[in-house]
Amino acid sequence: MTIKSQKDFFSGLMFMGVGVAFAWGATTYNVGNGARMGPGYFPLYLGVLMAILGAAITFKALTVESAGGDKIGKWAFKPLILIIAANLVFGVCLGGLPSIGVPALGMIVGIYLLTFIASMAEAGWKVKNTFILATILAAGSYVAFVMALKLQFQVWPAFITG
Amino acid sequence: MELFEHLSMGFGVAFTPINLLYCLVGCILGTLIGVLPGIGPVATIAMLLPATYALPPVSALIMLAGIYYGAQYGGSTTAILVNLPGESSSVVTCIDGYQMARKGRAGPALAAAGLGSFFAGCVGTLILAAFAPPLTELAFKFGPAEYFALMVLGLIGAVVLASGSLLKAIAMIVLGLLLGLVGTDVNSGVARFSFDVPELTDGIGFVVIAMGVFGYGEIISNLAQPEHEREVFTAKVSGLMPTKQDFKDMTPAVLRGTLLGSSLGILPGGGALLAAFAAYALEKKVKMKPGEVPFGQGNIRGVASPESANNAGSQTSFIPLLTLGIPPNAVMALMVGAMTIHNIQPGPQVMTSNPELFWGLIASMWIGNAMLVILNLPLIGMWIKLLTVPYRYLFPAIVLFCAIGVYSTNNNTWDVWMVGLFGIIGYAFVKLGCEPAPLLLGFILGPMMEENLRRALLLSRGDWSVFVTRPISAGLLAAAVLMLIIVLLPSVKNKREEAFVED
Repeated sequence: MTIKSQKDFFSGLMFMGVGVAFAWGATTYNVGNGARMGPGYFPLYLGVLMAILGAAITFKALTVESAGGDKIGKWAFKPLILIIAANLVFGVCLGGLPSIGVPALGMIVGIYLLTFIASMAEAGWKVKNTFILATILAAGSYVAFVMALKLQFQVWPAFITG
Repeated sequence: MELFEHLSMGFGVAFTPINLLYCLVGCILGTLIGVLPGIGPVATIAMLLPATYALPPVSALIMLAGIYYGAQYGGSTTAILVNLPGESSSVVTCIDGYQMARKGRAGPALAAAGLGSFFAGCVGTLILAAFAPPLTELAFKFGPAEYFALMVLGLIGAVVLASGSLLKAIAMIVLGLLLGLVGTDVNSGVARFSFDVPELTDGIGFVVIAMGVFGYGEIISNLAQPEHEREVFTAKVSGLMPTKQDFKDMTPAVLRGTLLGSSLGILPGGGALLAAFAAYALEKKVKMKPGEVPFGQGNIRGVASPESANNAGSQTSFIPLLTLGIPPNAVMALMVGAMTIHNIQPGPQVMTSNPELFWGLIASMWIGNAMLVILNLPLIGMWIKLLTVPYRYLFPAIVLFCAIGVYSTNNNTWDVWMVGLFGIIGYAFVKLGCEPAPLLLGFILGPMMEENLRRALLLSRGDWSVFVTRPISAGLLAAAVLMLIIVLLPSVKNKREEAFVED
């Protein structure tokens, strides 16, 4: 048995898995019946439906020929990790991590960190250009979000402003 | 005439300085993201949602609507000058528009797109104003069974008319519906699928999903591809005015595109993208005049018609949202979110309970279209400059705006962690070839569907036949089944796959 379409095969598996997980989770709530639906009724049947759809997609991926095997291709781990990391670091800067004692460094520091981490995802990045970009973004965000829209942010590091 | 009374009230609202300003801001932003490839209206509207908290609801919706239809204008500029669709709905504009630009006729192509869009936008707005009241009347006759059937029709419509695999699209809808159920069940108070995380009992924020999947997911997959060689026709835009012959050719095309676009926009699942594809296919069928440039080599009809159609479609897709409260596509799903943020329950009652909002929004669309013609034709040089900004400088800015947008929804870092997770999921969807738009639609409709299903079955004491014995509900479900059958017919199936190959 060969996989005729890699993309469909794995997405089918994903739908099956998630469908079963939701349906199984739904059974821990009161399911009820049609006239008196419990909180588990709708998710249970949706989960079952999704598992069936997933099975159908997987089955199709094993039987129906597709052009070039529909390969998933290489995962771009570098941009994936860096973009997500940039986002998380920015979140830590704004809110801090009180549970392990990391103070909030504020939006401005966050913008510089985010811009540098995100820029690294692209092959031709240069320190100087990224620094200029970060400065423009920091100034622009300060004007737009803090001064004009008055969003409530920790702008400067918490240990300076208190 | 009641219509004119309503419209004059709408213009009264829309012509206040603050609303004019937000309309302009929306149009500028819309053009901006339309021109820039790699960021679409879904991600932008999601980013700006939190920023609209402080605004009055009318201004907020006017601005967000401006982003949507503004993006349709901006997208054509990139399509014509760079051969890249700035916006998914201008994919077909690339074909003939870019060829016109290569022949030194970028000016007339841009003018045809701009003027065609303006005309279509005006007609679309009038249709919206004329059709909304009678549809609203109809909506008041709807019970829970009808609403449930309508949502089924809407969701089926969305997948049937969308691109890619039908099975996967339906599975994505179901996944969206399920994700929409996470959080406290309104009837029993049970926190479903929340894993004892207090933040999850409020459900997953849809800004988080929209931004993670559409914003981060797209950026990551863009970065994974090697940068394209871009050929930008910056110097060659001179003489915007089309010739007399151009006008003669494009006028009927604009009319056909507008008509087709307006009717497809109303359909559930329709909107700008489908309208543009259908209009181009139609133009190709219309007999060529002797001496006309063939399609694919720079025929002005191939620019005018799809551009009119996508703009008309984006206007009329507000009809199901404003009259029935059912979003027909992903952007409209975000508009539902915007309305709920401002404590407006989308649905037929909006017209009676918030008439100034309803008519003000409609009137602002006409004003917005007029602004866009000015923004896009005389000021075209400014947007062309933007096209020369490399993606390298754009994407960190997009990442930043996403992060700020997500954090400020609740001023809570939890959403930032969640958006990271959905960014990874979004990239996985791209890799697995799963179209994310149906997921967002399902996510918005999930709780509404459950509630209406529950009510319908409660009233019928658990009897499922209620959906087929009530005439309106039966009709809607029959339409949904019919749509599925038509798509599965072998001849249509091949055509459908063909039509989306150019994607």
